[in-house]
Amino acid sequence: MAEAAGEVPRAAGGPAGWISILIPAAIFVWLVQFVPAIASGEVILWAYDWVPSLDIRLSVILDGLSLTFALLISGIGALVTLYSARYLGNHPEYPRFVLYLMAFMFGMLGLVLADNLIALFVFWEVTTISSYLLIGFNSDEAKSRRSALQALLVTGTGGLALLAGIIMLGNVAGSFELSVILSQGDMIRAHPLYAPIVILFLAGAFTKSAQFPFHFWLPNAMAAPTPVSAYLHSATMVKAGVFLMARMNPAIGGTDLWFWTLTIAGGFTAVFASILAMRQTDIKQVLAYTTLMALGTLTLFIGAGTSDAIKAMMLFLVVHSLYKAALFLMIGIVDHATGTREAEVLRGLGRKMPVTAVAAVVAAVSMAGIPPLVGFIGKEFLYKAGLELDQGMFWVTGAAFAASALMFAVAGIVALRPFFGKLAETPKPAHEGPVMMLTGPLVLAGLSLYFGLFPDTIEAWLVAPGTWAVYGDPTVSVDLYLFREVNAAFILSLVTFATGAVIYAIHRPLRNWLGRVFEANPIKFDPGWDQVLDGLKALAAWQTRHLQSGVLQRYLFTVFATLGVAVGLTIWARDALAFDLDLSSELDGLLFKHWAVLIFVAAGSILTALTSSRMTAIVCLGVVGIGVALIFIMFSAPDVAITQLLVETLVVVLVAVAMLKLPHLDLPGRRDKRPWHGVLSIGVGVVSSAVLIAVMQGDIDRRLTDYFEITSWPEAYGRNIVNVILVDFRALDTFGEIAVVVVAALAAYALLRGTHYKKPVAAKEDEA
Amino acid sequence: MMNSLILNAATRLLVALLLLFSIYMLLRGHNLPGGGFIGGLIGATGFVLYAIAHGCSATRAALRVEPQSIAMVGLGVALAAGVFAVFFGDALFTGQWLFLGATEDDYGLPLSSVLVFDIGVYLVVFGSILTIVLALEEEV
Repeated sequence: MAEAAGEVPRAAGGPAGWISILIPAAIFVWLVQFVPAIASGEVILWAYDWVPSLDIRLSVILDGLSLTFALLISGIGALVTLYSARYLGNHPEYPRFVLYLMAFMFGMLGLVLADNLIALFVFWEVTTISSYLLIGFNSDEAKSRRSALQALLVTGTGGLALLAGIIMLGNVAGSFELSVILSQGDMIRAHPLYAPIVILFLAGAFTKSAQFPFHFWLPNAMAAPTPVSAYLHSATMVKAGVFLMARMNPAIGGTDLWFWTLTIAGGFTAVFASILAMRQTDIKQVLAYTTLMALGTLTLFIGAGTSDAIKAMMLFLVVHSLYKAALFLMIGIVDHATGTREAEVLRGLGRKMPVTAVAAVVAAVSMAGIPPLVGFIGKEFLYKAGLELDQGMFWVTGAAFAASALMFAVAGIVALRPFFGKLAETPKPAHEGPVMMLTGPLVLAGLSLYFGLFPDTIEAWLVAPGTWAVYGDPTVSVDLYLFREVNAAFILSLVTFATGAVIYAIHRPLRNWLGRVFEANPIKFDPGWDQVLDGLKALAAWQTRHLQSGVLQRYLFTVFATLGVAVGLTIWARDALAFDLDLSSELDGLLFKHWAVLIFVAAGSILTALTSSRMTAIVCLGVVGIGVALIFIMFSAPDVAITQLLVETLVVVLVAVAMLKLPHLDLPGRRDKRPWHGVLSIGVGVVSSAVLIAVMQGDIDRRLTDYFEITSWPEAYGRNIVNVILVDFRALDTFGEIAVVVVAALAAYALLRGTHYKKPVAAKEDEA
Repeated sequence: MMNSLILNAATRLLVALLLLFSIYMLLRGHNLPGGGFIGGLIGATGFVLYAIAHGCSATRAALRVEPQSIAMVGLGVALAAGVFAVFFGDALFTGQWLFLGATEDDYGLPLSSVLVFDIGVYLVVFGSILTIVLALEEEV
């Protein structure tokens, strides 16, 4: 946190600081060399076979869309790490922070550059997990932990939906390669699985990009340190969902389902978030809601889907990244310098913090959409695209208009008002921020101005190639300009300014009124989230209470009852009992030794069931086991027989030892449950016998047996097929089994020992 | 622990025999009944017998190494034997063979990663059973 960054900074966070700045900067510079090729319409593909047997390739697609994103991720990443080195450089956990941030950046870059959907999904999850760690960075605060978990669960659930969608799409398209899938749009849209695929993909994108009704996690994610918010909210995390929709647009976009889902969710999110932003007084929270608004707008225009709409979307994407990162970094500096982020408290900072003020004002003017900043061009093109729609023109344009007017007012509240007027008292006396922290906002604000004055550059480098990639047609012409003529879009801009100014003028009474409205509103998403989680926990507790009684007899009863009923039902349903058993001829075939073993086993079983002494019971059970081993020997399975014999011996020893601790069987007042157990035993026995007889009646498929018999010696140099199967043919299975054996032994050991030793006192660790 | 002179005396001989027999079973396992699983069970039985006759602390002293460590080492050995194949360009857990001194008519001494894997299985079974038995006996 800012508070932790003391007044005497360590040299920019030490080596961790410099490394974290150099990596994204180097990536950015390296990516810049591709700009001319991509701008001329090339698409660069590169691939490495990762898991060839599963058609998973680590393949890279570098086109206008991925290059734009990659440049934003690495460029803003470099500025944010530079900023963090000063902002968090003195934090004791700073290297850990750098690690998380680098992991996150790596995940984002992989996500946008991936050409394989499975790889894309893996990187998607990398960003989910690393953003969880970043949001919960101040892990000693309960609020941070809750917000981090909320973000993880919401985006993680969406991730699972996305995985299902990816698998379906991969099966439909016959490949997981994006470069293959994107050219099969018509086939995919006509496929019966199209609707489920769209819904699953959108579930992933909407949760990640916080579209209504999954919007509630994003403002909470503000618990993260400010540089993280700046990074997550401008170019990365939340834009991943937008990226996914833009990326998939040529393959699954362009239908009514796509159009209406995206425009309604996007438009509603944009307007709803702008209204929520008006309600807040904490500037960081206000900015969080404006991020939601921007995401809504981007979704809205991807849904609209015309070439103009995609063009406007790509432009607005860059515009928003530039001003939003600048504003977040700015509020971090203000917070750092004054000790508060309250819009009501901060006034007249411009004289004390002139450089911050310049950066903030430029970024805010871009956000408000005032010329000559690039934000104006962005808004003009949104309007132009909206007004030219055949379908849903009023809805799209109206949503864009309402959101833009509210953004105009918000820009005034968060970034202009604090720097003008009379200087107000703040918890700490205001002072200018350090150079390392000012660099980011200044560079980003400068770019907003540069691209506004020279729109040809951003058009040629980013917007045009991006549009080609998202629209799926490299012949669309993109022509950006600051001002050309007075048209409908321009007039709408003027109306926006007027409306925004009015909202700004009345923003205080409006805020109070909104506060009352939202107080009265019974549907609250954030507390609702808690209720859902509480319900889940209650359900888990309930089923644990009922299924995990802790009484061994009940567990065994459940296991065997389930086995008997499930197998019995299956036999009945499949009509597998239609075998004819000629009992007398079967019995005639038995020799004396068979009868002897049979009687041996039967006597053991009956005695086990009837005796009132545990000792007798366990010995009788041993007799049964040895009888079974004899049967194995008679039917020439010596390995199984030896194992059975040894296990029986050990079981008798183990149970005999454990028995000393068990209560006596015939305690007074205890109900004898043995009749029930008898019924269960006989039931399971009958069912198992029926299964065995049914199996013996059918034809046994000997293909595997033959294979092992033939190959055991020539291929595995072993004559004992059982052992060869265990250690060679199916060695991986055996490895899994012995791992289970070890884990079981360790668990038993921990359970037995856990009763001996007291747990180490947790309080001691806290003191240290 | 039983205070029986006969058992005590017999155990000294039996444990040695059982351990020897367990290794015999382990080594012959590839061609005749036996193998790591059975060998490990026999070896464990030997030490269980020792524990009954002489008590748990004497058994731990005789083992010298914690039984759970033996089990973990066994798991490691089995894994190493499986990964070994990767260095020869084969899939994980493919058997690698070396026939020492092989001639036209004779296979020589067959050495293999499969045998190492079986030794890992032996150690896992041996260590796991002793972990449970000793902990249980000490508990009671």
